[in-house]
Amino acid sequence: MPLADLGPEIALIAGALAALLMAMALPQPRLGLCLWPALAALAVAGTWAVAQADAARLTFSGVWALDGATLWARILIVTATALCLILAPRWFATDRRHGEFYALTLFSALGAIAMAAAADLLQLVMAVLLSSVTGYVLAAFHRDWALSVEAGMKYFLIGALANALLVIGAILVMGMAGTSDYAALARTDLGQPLALAGLALIVAGLAFKLGAVPGHAWMPDVAEGAPVPAAAFLTVVPKIGAALALFRLVQLFPEVEMLRPLIAALSVATMTLGNLAALWQDDLRRLLGWSSVSQSGYALMAVAVADLAPDALPALLWFLAAYALANVTGFAVVAQLRGRTALADYHGLIAARPGLAAALIVALLSLTGIPPLIGFTGKLELFVATLDGGYGWLALAAVANTVLSLGYYLRVIGPVCFAAPEGPPPACLSRAAGAVALGSGAAVVGIGLFAGPFLARAAGAVVLP
Amino acid sequence: MLTFAILLPFAGAALLASAPLSAGQSRLAAILVAALSLGALCVVWAGFIPGAGFQAVQEAPWIPPLGVAWRVGVDGISLPLALMSGLLFVAAIAWPMEREVNARAYYAWFLFLEGASLGLFLTLDLLIFYVFFDLSLVGMYFLIGRWGHGDAPRAALKFFLYTLAGSLLILLALIALVLSVDPLSFDMRDMIALQPVAGMDLRAGLILLGFVLGFAIKTPLFPLHTWLPPAHVDAPGPASAILAGVLLKMGTYGLVRIPMQMLRETFATYALALGVVALASILWGSIVAFAQDNIKRRIAYTSVNHMGYAVLGIAVAGSAVTGQEAARDLALNGAVIEMVAHGLITGALFLIAGSIWARTGTYEIDSYGGLAGRAPRLMGAMGLASFASLGLPGLAGFVAEVQIFVGAFAVWPWLAAIALLGLIVTAALFLGMLQRVFLGERPPALDGFADLTRTEFGVLAVLLGLVVLIGVWPAWLIDMIALGGG
Repeated sequence: MPLADLGPEIALIAGALAALLMAMALPQPRLGLCLWPALAALAVAGTWAVAQADAARLTFSGVWALDGATLWARILIVTATALCLILAPRWFATDRRHGEFYALTLFSALGAIAMAAAADLLQLVMAVLLSSVTGYVLAAFHRDWALSVEAGMKYFLIGALANALLVIGAILVMGMAGTSDYAALARTDLGQPLALAGLALIVAGLAFKLGAVPGHAWMPDVAEGAPVPAAAFLTVVPKIGAALALFRLVQLFPEVEMLRPLIAALSVATMTLGNLAALWQDDLRRLLGWSSVSQSGYALMAVAVADLAPDALPALLWFLAAYALANVTGFAVVAQLRGRTALADYHGLIAARPGLAAALIVALLSLTGIPPLIGFTGKLELFVATLDGGYGWLALAAVANTVLSLGYYLRVIGPVCFAAPEGPPPACLSRAAGAVALGSGAAVVGIGLFAGPFLARAAGAVVLP
Repeated sequence: MLTFAILLPFAGAALLASAPLSAGQSRLAAILVAALSLGALCVVWAGFIPGAGFQAVQEAPWIPPLGVAWRVGVDGISLPLALMSGLLFVAAIAWPMEREVNARAYYAWFLFLEGASLGLFLTLDLLIFYVFFDLSLVGMYFLIGRWGHGDAPRAALKFFLYTLAGSLLILLALIALVLSVDPLSFDMRDMIALQPVAGMDLRAGLILLGFVLGFAIKTPLFPLHTWLPPAHVDAPGPASAILAGVLLKMGTYGLVRIPMQMLRETFATYALALGVVALASILWGSIVAFAQDNIKRRIAYTSVNHMGYAVLGIAVAGSAVTGQEAARDLALNGAVIEMVAHGLITGALFLIAGSIWARTGTYEIDSYGGLAGRAPRLMGAMGLASFASLGLPGLAGFVAEVQIFVGAFAVWPWLAAIALLGLIVTAALFLGMLQRVFLGERPPALDGFADLTRTEFGVLAVLLGLVVLIGVWPAWLIDMIALGGG
């Protein structure tokens, strides 16, 4: 077994262990220092992943796919995790114990990467469980705050059910096909009703990680109640892993006829529900949570046309990158404003904190898909792939939903720009959080303008088996 | 040169957004940038050869995997529109602000909007066209929401949502159009040459429907015009002028450039339907305008009416009635002149309406009267603009409408005959407005009403001077457009 193939993942484990050991030794005021081993591990993992950029093979007895999708998942997850972690030290400064936060986040990121790279049903189950178990703790990290505990509880209950479905589904497919290995599964005929039911259960289980219907209900609560760094992490990172895992699955069974319509229906239901629910929110974090549900719906568009359109994989990869960047920017702004979440707190922000307001506006417009921001190229690729794949009605539904979503994004942007500020300018969290907000806001614009080379790379990505 | 004209305003906007300039300095800087941009367009115009296709072309790759590139160039349709837009932006920026708050940001957004508008008219790439189309929405949203009055945030929201719906339909149609060629290319010249969906009935029809709906929202055509009146009424005067003068043209320009030129066969099939919609806009716009007691709302509805003429011209030009090629060219010529003329005339009218509001704070026609004595220059300017708008011979509107109607009579006589009714109602509504504002008894509250300042008068003199010039000597403009003969 070529151990180096899993170098990035091993680096993450090493970083998590180092952070954990430090957390045990350091006194409370210094716990923020655990950030450094975590960041170092992420940097090593990122570099190592880039070094393996051209690999396209199955490794570790075929359970781990080392291909374009894994490469992108690694880089996106590592970057997003680093950005979320930088928000954490000041955020938790008053918390009695938070050294473990860094280790847990790294383990959760590892689970998400493993999800994206899984080329075996059991490996997929393991990855989902790792990502979930750590996620519950992250969501409930504010142990004394009812909303956070509620978020963790809800996440856990929905997660327990969804993971059970996933395991049952995996067992049904394995039982009927006689193998859990993707490469072998691709050659089997999955015609039996039991196997199809298993497949549907797996999709439902992954929908939970993705934050899509029917497993979406935790998303707004986690966005609202979890500590903001954890909320940013949980709304982004597991989604990247789950979307790519689903993509692999759909790609694997091109002849299973019910799979694509099922995904397409989930996609429409997810985006519509997320957008409709977001329309009525007066709480920015909840609004971001629902918006992130609707974004899962868009991501599913690319999954539905996997293998039908040559652009499906690049569309999904680039859309996920755009979503991750914009969503992290939004949450970073919230974190920098010390978690202020009532829309009324954002009135006149442009006058009080112009840089943060600009970052927030850019992030929300990018989530809508306004050019030339990064979200535009993401959505453009999605539309190209969906129309090319023959799912025109899905693209039309996405268009209607985009207009709907602009409605609530503007409910934030309008008061930020047009209303008079109330009270003194809001206090800020830390210089690091401000830098994350402004830096990723600038990246939303900059990478959007110069998306060409990235898209060219994404277009060359392959997915195995 | 064209790239320079587009990017300069964006650079100016970035400069204004970051440099700590005072209100006066920002205004000067913005005027300078807008004038330079117009100057660059004039340089292109000086080297322009009428009737020789796309010129001053520049290309640079942007997103190669999708076949998207920075492509700019002008022909006889886009050049006059770009020149008119450049001029109108100088006028709107030079016009005094209504509410002097955040002057730096105000001028920055104007320059941003100018860059987006010029970019839209000058680009030869479908995706960049869409990018600028959306950017123009963003710029206008902030201008209306932040510097408007009344329920401005709501009007801005409605404007953004409505027109985004239209622009996304255009995006879908664009992608569907582009996907039918291999390899992917967003180059407008390729599309015009290839006619990619000719002969594909259902798909071509759907693509055309997407384009027409999207552009009809922007133009706006009845019954998709309902975002227009609140946006106009609550916007500051100069922003209204740009909205009417430049942004509405994006709809009609888009109709000419994309469906009419790239889907020629399909467009011809449905040209009559489009003509009927245009007719409805002409009649509805004029009749509803007649019923308005708010000066700006009245002018806003006349835009629906005038854009209806332009679309009628386009529909006639795109119809495939054989033996009428000359009439169709004439109608297209008229449509382009109508776009330019409407930009100048209605731009001037909205600027005037803004100056009236700045003096009294109301648009209600009934609160005015007898201003002729107090403000003769205002009356002169508004009178001239109104007469031009109702199509008095010797002014620009007449030149445009005559050509459209001559073309329309040759192709669909009955349609043109009904559309003529619109002209009569428009005349009545403008004359009525002039009479009620400037003649009769002056309410005592208006005793201190000040006439136009020198800046305002100067700006209007340039715009209306051009209106007269096009009216009495239209040959130079018709030569520039160079249809038929070329």
